[in-house]
Amino acid sequence: MSKQIHLAAHFPGVNNTTVWSDPRSLSQIEFSSFEHLARTAERAKFDFLFLAEGLRLREQGGEIYDLDVVGRPDTFTVLAGLAAVTEHLGLAGTINSTFNEPYEVARQFASLDHLSGGRAAWNVVTSWDAFTGENFRRGGFLPEDQRYERAERFLRTAWELFDSWRGDEIVADKEAGVFLTDPLAGSFAHRDAHFDIAGRFNVPRSPQGRPVIFQAGDSDAGREFAASAADAIFTGHGTLQAGKDFYADVKRRLPGHGRSREELLVFPATTVVLGDTDAEAHEHAAHIRRQQVSGQTAIRFLEQLWNRDLSALDPDGPLPDFDPEPGENTIAKGRASVRRHRDPVATARQWRELAEAKQLSIRELIIEVTARQSFIGTASRVAAEMNRFVQEDACDGFILVPHLTPGGLDEFADAVVPLLQERGVYRTEYPGGTLRDNLGLPPLRNPRRSNRNAS
Amino acid sequence: MAPPELHLAVALDGAGWHPAAWRRPQARPAELFSARYWVDLALEAERGLLDLITFEDALGPQSSRDDGPDDRTDQVRGRLDAGLIAARVAPRTQRIGLVPGVVITHTEPFHISKAVASLDYISNGRAGWQPKVSGLRSEAAHFGRREVHTAELFDEAADHVEVVRRLWDSWEDDAEIRDVATGRFIDRAKLHYIDFAGKWFDVKGPSITPRPPQGQPLVTALATDSAGHRFAARAADVVFTTPHDVEQARLVESRIRAEQAEAGREQDRLHVFGDIAVFLGADAADRKAGLDELDGAEYTSDAPVFTGTAAELADRLQAWSAAGLTGFRLRPGAIPEDLTAITRELVPELQRRGLFRTSYDTGSLRGRLGLPRPASRYATTSGGRP
Repeated sequence: MSKQIHLAAHFPGVNNTTVWSDPRSLSQIEFSSFEHLARTAERAKFDFLFLAEGLRLREQGGEIYDLDVVGRPDTFTVLAGLAAVTEHLGLAGTINSTFNEPYEVARQFASLDHLSGGRAAWNVVTSWDAFTGENFRRGGFLPEDQRYERAERFLRTAWELFDSWRGDEIVADKEAGVFLTDPLAGSFAHRDAHFDIAGRFNVPRSPQGRPVIFQAGDSDAGREFAASAADAIFTGHGTLQAGKDFYADVKRRLPGHGRSREELLVFPATTVVLGDTDAEAHEHAAHIRRQQVSGQTAIRFLEQLWNRDLSALDPDGPLPDFDPEPGENTIAKGRASVRRHRDPVATARQWRELAEAKQLSIRELIIEVTARQSFIGTASRVAAEMNRFVQEDACDGFILVPHLTPGGLDEFADAVVPLLQERGVYRTEYPGGTLRDNLGLPPLRNPRRSNRNAS
Repeated sequence: MAPPELHLAVALDGAGWHPAAWRRPQARPAELFSARYWVDLALEAERGLLDLITFEDALGPQSSRDDGPDDRTDQVRGRLDAGLIAARVAPRTQRIGLVPGVVITHTEPFHISKAVASLDYISNGRAGWQPKVSGLRSEAAHFGRREVHTAELFDEAADHVEVVRRLWDSWEDDAEIRDVATGRFIDRAKLHYIDFAGKWFDVKGPSITPRPPQGQPLVTALATDSAGHRFAARAADVVFTTPHDVEQARLVESRIRAEQAEAGREQDRLHVFGDIAVFLGADAADRKAGLDELDGAEYTSDAPVFTGTAAELADRLQAWSAAGLTGFRLRPGAIPEDLTAITRELVPELQRRGLFRTSYDTGSLRGRLGLPRPASRYATTSGGRP
């Protein structure tokens, strides 16, 4: 039997993916937008809807960045609301492990899992910058080499809290007057270099035992963290070959952590542009890209790499022939895209060579280098291509990032999903009750022995 | 002249406020951690046209002790995050206010601000919150915060609420412009750094979440002593108080008004609600006695405990309302009986007396309570309160 494709939806915003100027683009903040996207995803039998997180508005040149979507609601609150208007869709949220505490986050995820009947998922991220820390009393600056260590410790700590209830304590026997069988249910004690906490976790074991764990991050430490602890990994590896290399690498790491290949799914983020003909789809895609990357956006993006004011440049002209300024995150603050380029001078050289070879203006260059993996073409071409990626082990599925809010997945759901179903590579009904079931992840091992028994 | 209408809230906690409530035949203790349970209760409260629901919360298990967890197995232990319960209930309800309890001693105002603002979006202007302090060492140990300075908890709480309120104001209402001509999604001149610097918090802002529908979602506070009164008068829109008779009601009301003046808030509308734990019906006293026997102790509370019929409770609410209380928050002793007695017996009785609404208006929670929608304190254009 063919490998089954998994699909998920990302609610777009903040990065310049959203074409907010389109008349069909509605609110980025009203619940109706989230509800529309979630209902479409569920109609199309997607595994989950994914929300990113932001904890400080981005700045450039000392001012709040105003060209892209600015502002978004609280992740937990929206996901709990969406649990009310969906039945099967997984509810995945990025929650930072730097500016939160394990007890609080574990409590919220366990609550979300209860309130959604077992559909919660957590994308564990760590932010290290002092810029974001300025919104929090604990500050939160972390040296970069401690990022994954803190994330891992945070996750392990939360995990102990999830496992502090075995799941059979509550009997609620009215006649006998026994609500719970274990007077010490929820007891925990955890001490490591980052967390020193003890007491009683007050949310009983949730339907999934714990949320499904997602991880994003491409460094060696990030891959190792994912292989050790995550159920799914988000990637940016777009091309077939890059995807296959990444896929092979992370799956190869699993046995070293006592895990099988089925215990970690790989999801690249991707975009889809459809047309009645391939040519029409490509024309449409080019139009979308030009809406996403205005001349101003291109200049500002260039400034993030060059780390200096380039506002005098013409976006339709050539790239600057001077090199980026040394230093990190000085002109642009709070933008993840800046951090991808470890060696700005080398990247600038590559971009100049690319622009010269292809005769690209600044704007055309930025359009080219910021493109996500895209499936562009007729519905049948897109279905075939997506299937190829999955069957050839470049990934296990995709997180679709639509360019329109909230209707950006409607066409995909109507046109592509039925074709995947016809091929027998995509479900027609949800197979299970929980997100974990629907992702085909193996059952959780039994809760570890609680700390009071271990000590 | 018709008597003034009073406001009615209901405080939901587990199977009811009596620790043995879960053992009543009609109780649904096995469902306390399910969404359906909370949606059902909220819909019942909404059928009764109540102003708002509060959802209790704490960062540790319930206990019969004052100083931390106990080892009892005959009472409900465990609870879901109240903010998430409120968010889960919001799309299933239409009119009722949703006010989760939020412990603020160990949490970040930036997170709380966006969570309550987002609840306001999800509920179309029906959100509030009840900030709660925690002086328990056992709960502090859940966060690795070893020292809890009990004497300062309310001052810290006041700063916390101030940060949250500033963050709500940090976006002017019309900051999102989507100006295609200039390519700008927002007018950044209408976004403001709050630059709060205090003893416990340094928060830069602005919020990540645009200004919510109510501008300022409802801030409520339970105040049972003078420190609580001062905090509530400084920080809240609705104060829940616990007078035990009409004289105390008068006294508490005047104390809070004095604190309100002291805080320079005379011009603000500040509601003073009385909290009452209620066992309603002809069999109320017997029912409570039965629960007391099951629990092995007489139920006591910071709030007065009422047993009697809906008509008798209506008499009391009418008298206390005349003493200056603008509303009441009722704590059902046992759910569902005492909740349905509120919605199906007390409310009709109050309606007959012309003391309670007969239909919901269409406005926000603030609007229902007669609280104006404030302008952002940072607004540079057309200032003042509409």
